[in-house]
Amino acid sequence: MAFADGRSHLSKVTLEQWFGVLLLAGLGVLVVDLVRRVVIGDLRFGTLSLFLWRGLVDGLIIALAAVGLSMTYAILKFANFSQGDLVTTGAFTGWTAAYVVGGIGVAEFGSTILLNADRGTSARELDMHLFGAPLAIIIGLIVAAVATILVALAIDRVVYRRMRNAGGIPLLIASIGVALALRYVIVFFYGEQTRGVTRSSPTVDHELFFWTDSLNVHQSSLVVIGVALMIALHLLLQYTKLGKAMRAMADNRDLALITGIPTERVILMTWIIGAGLTGVAGYLIVLETETLSFNTGWFLLLLIFSAVILGGIGSIYGAIAGGLIIGLATNVSLVWIPGDLTEVAAFTLMIMILIFRPSGIFGGVETA
Amino acid sequence: MTRDTPFEPDGGDGPGAFLLNADARPRWLDDVVIIGKATLVVYGLFIGLGLAAGLDFNGIVSTLQQVTLLATSFALVALALNLHWGYTGLFNIGIAGFMAVGAYTMALVTAAPDATFPGLGLPLWIGVLAGLAAAALVGFVVALPALRLRADYFAIVTLAFAEVIRLVYNSSALQEFDLLGVELGTGGGQGMSFPNLRNTVSRRLMYVDGDPTAGPSLVGRPFLAIGDALELSPSVVEGWVYTAVLVVLVAFVFVVITWIGNSPFGRVLKAIREDELAARSLGKNTDRVKIKVFMLGCAFMGLAGMVWQGRRGYVDPNLFLPIITFYIFIALIIGGSGSNTGSVVGALLFAGLLFEGPPFVQRIVDATFDLPRPPTVYDGVIALGDLDPMPLLGYAVGELPNLRFVLFGVVLIALMIYRPDGILGHRNEPASPLDLTKERPPRERDPASPEGGESDE
Amino acid sequence: MSEAGVSEQERAEADMLRVSNLEKRFGGIVAVDGASFEIERGTITGLIGPNGAGKSTVFNLITGVYNPDAGRVIFEGEDVTGLRPYQLVDRGLVRTFQISRELSGMTVLENMLLAFDDQLGESLWRTVVPGVRRSIVEQERALLERVWETLELFEIDHLAHEDAANLSGGQRKLLELSRALLTDPEMLLLDEPMAGVNPTLEKKLLERIHELRSQGYTFLLVEHDMDVIMNNCETVIVMHQGRVLSRGSPEEIQADERVIEAYLGGEI
Repeated sequence: MAFADGRSHLSKVTLEQWFGVLLLAGLGVLVVDLVRRVVIGDLRFGTLSLFLWRGLVDGLIIALAAVGLSMTYAILKFANFSQGDLVTTGAFTGWTAAYVVGGIGVAEFGSTILLNADRGTSARELDMHLFGAPLAIIIGLIVAAVATILVALAIDRVVYRRMRNAGGIPLLIASIGVALALRYVIVFFYGEQTRGVTRSSPTVDHELFFWTDSLNVHQSSLVVIGVALMIALHLLLQYTKLGKAMRAMADNRDLALITGIPTERVILMTWIIGAGLTGVAGYLIVLETETLSFNTGWFLLLLIFSAVILGGIGSIYGAIAGGLIIGLATNVSLVWIPGDLTEVAAFTLMIMILIFRPSGIFGGVETA
Repeated sequence: MTRDTPFEPDGGDGPGAFLLNADARPRWLDDVVIIGKATLVVYGLFIGLGLAAGLDFNGIVSTLQQVTLLATSFALVALALNLHWGYTGLFNIGIAGFMAVGAYTMALVTAAPDATFPGLGLPLWIGVLAGLAAAALVGFVVALPALRLRADYFAIVTLAFAEVIRLVYNSSALQEFDLLGVELGTGGGQGMSFPNLRNTVSRRLMYVDGDPTAGPSLVGRPFLAIGDALELSPSVVEGWVYTAVLVVLVAFVFVVITWIGNSPFGRVLKAIREDELAARSLGKNTDRVKIKVFMLGCAFMGLAGMVWQGRRGYVDPNLFLPIITFYIFIALIIGGSGSNTGSVVGALLFAGLLFEGPPFVQRIVDATFDLPRPPTVYDGVIALGDLDPMPLLGYAVGELPNLRFVLFGVVLIALMIYRPDGILGHRNEPASPLDLTKERPPRERDPASPEGGESDE
Repeated sequence: MSEAGVSEQERAEADMLRVSNLEKRFGGIVAVDGASFEIERGTITGLIGPNGAGKSTVFNLITGVYNPDAGRVIFEGEDVTGLRPYQLVDRGLVRTFQISRELSGMTVLENMLLAFDDQLGESLWRTVVPGVRRSIVEQERALLERVWETLELFEIDHLAHEDAANLSGGQRKLLELSRALLTDPEMLLLDEPMAGVNPTLEKKLLERIHELRSQGYTFLLVEHDMDVIMNNCETVIVMHQGRVLSRGSPEEIQADERVIEAYLGGEI
């Protein structure tokens, strides 16, 4: 495998580089066009800044889930297709907790425990927004992380642990099975309908940012939480023994085993951190979109994968950058293309970048 | 005795030929027997279930037809996937996309120019050829960047391509568009209509000039006679005729892929799957081989897109969601990737037992028992407190169509842990036009030698 | 054994392979730094050197697995630099691998049959067009006879129906060598052919190599076992730090101070 990847023929290299130049030139032209549109007034600056802001918000959510995916990818050496449904798990468990807490004395337990599956209550009734039910929402956030971790650990124990040495593709296939089972277990409890979960975000008038004078509280808290978690993760990976062990294991699992790194414990911590971030991502998505369905995470999965691959599998910082790029690409592309093709733009960008950098922008470790 | 080869092109036309040469074609017969057994199991189950559900004869035959149609459709795609993944190791999870290209191309070529979403208005057979070509071409475009990637990247890139294809068909931008002055339209999310493939094909076969009033054709006569004798409704007979066409298609693709596999070309495919660098170091241009085989598999997937999801004369993007791809993977993994027989058996069992089974069970339970059907699982759990399991059971039965997806997942996981080679187990079929397992070194194969008698004992 | 008395001119004509000023970098590491040597037709040449001397990289550069950053590979008087592995095999330059790359899920027979070049049945259309398929079957039967001959020569015919995965390390090496022979090579590059081979099989393998050499095949082997190199090669090339340190007969090499120094400095 190492040979096959390292192989590079003169003709091919130039072809790839030529394509890379073309791709960069294309992106350059788009940037120039963007500036041109703003200057001549085709595109209002307010609109562009809105696209960028939304790109940041979407990008952070994707990045959180992508970091989780990238970590398990690096340590356990397989593409986890159930990641999207872990996102959904986080959203459902977290918001169920928020509903149960927020609904005490207001709504029936039978309705809140299934996140309004019987349509017996409503976000309005519970006043479900950050200023209306702050305690419930914060508890929900914690529950989302904890519950997703528990689910991920249970799955690891039942499925992946039996397959530690099975190789990337069998694990990938098993994770597709996990994805299906998890998604439809959620359907069994919560039903198929898409539900409104939160009220629209309150806003705060301010003069901090020059492009807008009213700040969306939900999106802003999402950004703050996302950035804080990433800084915490950075500190953890750089300055703790666990971080070092994780990096060592991502580089070479056999060597890590020989040098006495407790691999099963590192795997446990990987699931805890990765699934925790994933659950939080799922919980926060609802804060932005206000709705939730059993497909929410599954539909995000390919975007999450795109982020991981763009950044280079196994690279945490790459996943963050990849998430932001995907988030921005899906929003800024609205300048040129209709809204129902933005994901096409993101996927195409991923495919094209893979053509001239087959292992992602930031390299990444080998998993095969 | 090794002079007769399995899958020899000539003489393989009639069923009588296999029987007469039964000794010479053990692999052939083995495969037919295994597939026959699987069919019997599934049919037996549905006849039993149908009787339990109180279906009349017409209903049971109609149910069997639906199951067979689904199984053959799955089998068609599973065979194509087996060519990609089982033989060559190309982990293609963009199947739905290639099916969509086939079906939509056929739709755009055959839809009437004055329809809501217009097409070219050409005959169906041109549409089918165009669909095959388009799917192969898109396969080529995907193969160029994807074949250089590692298996897991390859998987995700093919999935991304499939989603790009679906989202483009789904886009309002292509709802109606101009191509070189010709007005076309995919209908976006609404989907588009075109001449009904199933009806056209089955009537073409059954009646003179495809006209039911003009009397039955040569092919149609036996079908209609059997239908009359069994008092089946004409629509059921038409359904069976179309299903029979699919069975023939599956047989055709089966033979083609088996021939490809049992040849020096198939040997190169196998070598690429095992170790591509070793294959290259033995002088094989693996890139070209991979592109060829990827395009061919994609063409078959396009074919399946047309005759399965496009059979009703209507396509929309929701027919090509990624879940379709995973159905095929489950079917192939049940049967065992790498084996064509496994592909077909897996498709039969998946379609019959896992896919159509649970909803059918639900129908029977609904018809036989009077279970309460609470709106949410909560009510069912609460009733458990009163020691009444019926509401929860009723809820679960109501959820059976959804619960079967949990079953798919569990089956997939269990197979990967306990039987990664599929239920038929590891089937080693040497890649050669000869039956290599029967070949003996020259010094062992002299029957006229004096010691021959001893070694025979 | 010695090449004394042969003029420069004659030697150049006898060269099977010429490598000049090969260079290869991986990131900042210079793996091969201007290596030059030639291999004479019909000889067994050994390529040795301490770990990290660049032997395997040179192998990969010659056989087209890697592309050199600079330098030339001339095979039978033709510039083959940068050609891809399958193109080099077509020209008769074939290699085996350090960790043998038997195709483990395929039987020994399949492994062997794979090696033949330009088989009719390697074109897709011929495999599926009914009338044409007959010609594939006939060719396959002819090829199979050659396979049996070779298997018997290497005394692994009793393993013909085994999956290659079930073979022992030495048997795999035999399989790889015999498989490489079926590609009709002019020259064979063997990467550590004796690694993991038991003494009996090693003797057998070496006998075969000498036999083949006397039939006109040319060999270049990388090998760690000094006894193998010194007892079997006419010429030995010593690499050190990406360059050719010394070249000569086994006796000359054993007497070369620089070689001893390189090994001592490199390994202890």
